[in-house]
Amino acid sequence: MAKLYTNDSIEKLNNLKPKEETVNFLLNYSKALSVINCNKMKFEALLN
Amino acid sequence: MQHEILQDAALVTNYIHGDEGALEILITRHKQKIYSFIYSKVYDRDITEDIFQDTFIKVIRTLKRGSYNEEGKFLPWVMRIAHNLVIDHFRKNNRMPKFDNSGEFSIFSVLSDSTLNAEKQIIKDQVETDVRRLVDELPEDQKEVLLMRIYNDMSFKEISDKTGVSINTALGRMRYALINLRKIIEKHNIVLTN
Repeated sequence: MAKLYTNDSIEKLNNLKPKEETVNFLLNYSKALSVINCNKMKFEALLN
Repeated sequence: MQHEILQDAALVTNYIHGDEGALEILITRHKQKIYSFIYSKVYDRDITEDIFQDTFIKVIRTLKRGSYNEEGKFLPWVMRIAHNLVIDHFRKNNRMPKFDNSGEFSIFSVLSDSTLNAEKQIIKDQVETDVRRLVDELPEDQKEVLLMRIYNDMSFKEISDKTGVSINTALGRMRYALINLRKIIEKHNIVLTN
């Protein structure tokens, strides 16, 4: 019997992308996050 | 290749200096590679999405805190973070096994929820109310014995002590109570099953 080779899974892997919302969340998170330096200490603040 | 590495490095520097657009370019440029890498390990879209998000949250925090050491290796660095988070995910899952229900085998085919669903609960309540109403229709002496036996779970000895009749009388009243109940149920075609 002939062997079956398939590229399906590999193709599938190459087409994978994160959801639009995930990327948007990250961009918004980045905009909201600010790091405050204070006497060698760093504070993170999420400002919406 | 060299060009791209330089570009990444420049974008990272710009981002650290406050250019939010640089991050967008970096994510757009590498999202597919990172996402595919995570997916190739966990094979679950939702988990991949979570790990992808956590990876970039770490990236953003490290860059904003100024803890990133630029050595022209942005992508390998992000991949390493993703890899570590994948390992964390598997460690966590080993401690707390999770059943994936997306495959052929459904865990719910062997596990069942013993509590009734809303519809069955309503039917059960209705049946119980109907039975209570039927019991109320019985003659007082029969009703008394039936309530003590079925609802209070008393023995016929206790019932006889409490009502002051003999055990045989109590047994007889119980028997007639049941016969009468059956008669009413049959006569009115009442369905008392759920």
